Amino acid sequence: MSVVEHLDRGPRDKNELAAAIAGDIPHGAYVNLGIGQPTLVADHLVAGSGVVLHTENGMLNMGPAARNDEVDPDLINAGKIPVTELPGASYFHHADSFAMMRGGHLDVCVLGAFQVSEHGDLANWHTGAPGAIPAVGGAMDLAIGAKSVFVMMTLFTKDRIPKLVSACTYPLTGLGCVSRVYTDYATFEVGAAGARVLETFGIALTDLAERLDVELRGHVD
Amino acid sequence: MSPRVVSDPDEAVAGIEDSSTVLVGGFGMAGMPVTLIDALIRSGASDLTVVSNNAGNGDTGLAALLAAGRVRKVICSFPRQSDSWVFDRLYREGQVELEVVPQGNLAERMRAAGAGIGAFFCPTGVGTPLAEGKETREFNGRIYVLELPISGDVALIAAHTGDRMGNLTYRKTARNFGPVMATAARRTIVEVGRVVEIGAIDPEVVVTPGIYTDTLLDLAAVRKGGS
Repeated sequence: MSVVEHLDRGPRDKNELAAAIAGDIPHGAYVNLGIGQPTLVADHLVAGSGVVLHTENGMLNMGPAARNDEVDPDLINAGKIPVTELPGASYFHHADSFAMMRGGHLDVCVLGAFQVSEHGDLANWHTGAPGAIPAVGGAMDLAIGAKSVFVMMTLFTKDRIPKLVSACTYPLTGLGCVSRVYTDYATFEVGAAGARVLETFGIALTDLAERLDVELRGHVD
Repeated sequence: MSPRVVSDPDEAVAGIEDSSTVLVGGFGMAGMPVTLIDALIRSGASDLTVVSNNAGNGDTGLAALLAAGRVRKVICSFPRQSDSWVFDRLYREGQVELEVVPQGNLAERMRAAGAGIGAFFCPTGVGTPLAEGKETREFNGRIYVLELPISGDVALIAAHTGDRMGNLTYRKTARNFGPVMATAARRTIVEVGRVVEIGAIDPEVVVTPGIYTDTLLDLAAVRKGGS
């Protein structure tokens, strides 16, 4: 299968990434969006998508962020932002919420990452830097629980170091759990067979391959 | 035995001993039993091990207990937040010990304690630093980690309404860890927005059955100046 190279434009911004992910979420899926940038995906789910959002602090069919007098301190998302409920919402306690996740009942989760390996290993909870306070939250449970784990991240750090790697150097969140990586420069499939590029944005595949230290399957000839 | 219903927060937490393990409900400030924690601070109990999802937000609730120097160890999933300055300082000064537990394991380990389960195999964290040194075993081709229960000497939780049998209902995402913690401690102390008579809560909507509730603090009575 050939790679689609979008060379008439620059890399994707975070809203374009969120829209691309939203477009790949199947109709009617149960979805958990990680804290931070992945929450942007909710803004791009089209009306009638039938997607039901799960928040690990005990709710299904979570609505958009609360505004003004909608704010209720008893109704927050995993990032502790006040949210709203949609008709058909349900509440449950934490053990049920994570049983739902661990038990394979969620279709998709979208997480941020420090690093993802070509085999789908995920590192997104701890830099391991001296003085850093480790905080894992629900990341490890989500990583191994959802049927599909999508990562949304920039492909390079601010120092231009690739975050898609042959093997993670940061402490792991989960082994072989990521299936797809959406980045500004490209979308990748990762897994046991290695990394494959699906699309590139503002960079040719050959240039992308040069900037990464992983072997990319699906090269154009 | 029906729970004790009290209107004095200090009476509600009386008898919590030094070096206790205290399960503290709440996810951020939602469901945080702030009135009970304030009373626990006044009680002077110290050298506590606190089990909670976070390690305090801002300067109230759990953060105030930490700031008062009463906590030896925190077992939680997510200590580091934008407003966890109290914990961050104590941790960096080496004044509080931290055990980070994946959030689902934190809940399930307390559920196991409350349900009489000796240990369980869980797929979360396999191959990560949080599973290091733990026993693993393969079932049907998948690796699992042996996890042990977490029980408390006491649980402090917040609920919306309680009846005089101790039956509890919660409100929205303030439910979070409350129902699990209520089962996992030898003594469960609950602050509720209001206490109602027996029969006033539809049995079909009870979330925590009264068998788990030992003490109910009636916040409506506290506000009226019950103490």
